[in-house]
Amino acid sequence: MYLGRVIGTVVASKKAAGLEGARLLVVQPLDHAQKPVGPAEVAVDRVSASTGTLVMLEGSREAALACDPWFVPVDSAIVGIVDEVDT
Amino acid sequence: MNLCRVLGTVVATEKHPAFAGRKILVVQPVDETKKPFGASYLAVDHSSSAGKGDLVLVMNEGGGVRAVLGDKTLPIRSLIVGVVDAVTVG
Repeated sequence: MYLGRVIGTVVASKKAAGLEGARLLVVQPLDHAQKPVGPAEVAVDRVSASTGTLVMLEGSREAALACDPWFVPVDSAIVGIVDEVDT
Repeated sequence: MNLCRVLGTVVATEKHPAFAGRKILVVQPVDETKKPFGASYLAVDHSSSAGKGDLVLVMNEGGGVRAVLGDKTLPIRSLIVGVVDAVTVG
């Protein structure tokens, strides 16, 4: 799991089966100091995040497990909206 | 499993139900000499006693995490499974 900032949205009208209705957001992964880590990625939103929101993301197979139904072609999912990081 | 230093905590009210009631900590990977490397990330605490500044053991394999927590559907990949007292090399 890692921190990220929502920086945009993705619209894709043709999607693989299982992704129908999925909300896709562009997210910049961040470290604890909110410094960008690597390139931005596209994640499925599970918590109604919006642009500018600090979120926590889950990657790889666990991202698919965060979805319903869970057997979907997803490798990045937003699983929480972060209120506070105390480091 | 990886050695990590706990940097602090994350508070998230709105989250996937799998994380309800679980403590989420920010961890920084460290090498065997306790030197930080790479980017920090988030891990769920299963040691129930890890806190800021602690050296911990983090498992980063979702299948193992689901076996430890006894739920095949958990979307959790990183789990703190131990608080390290000492590391001896060589």
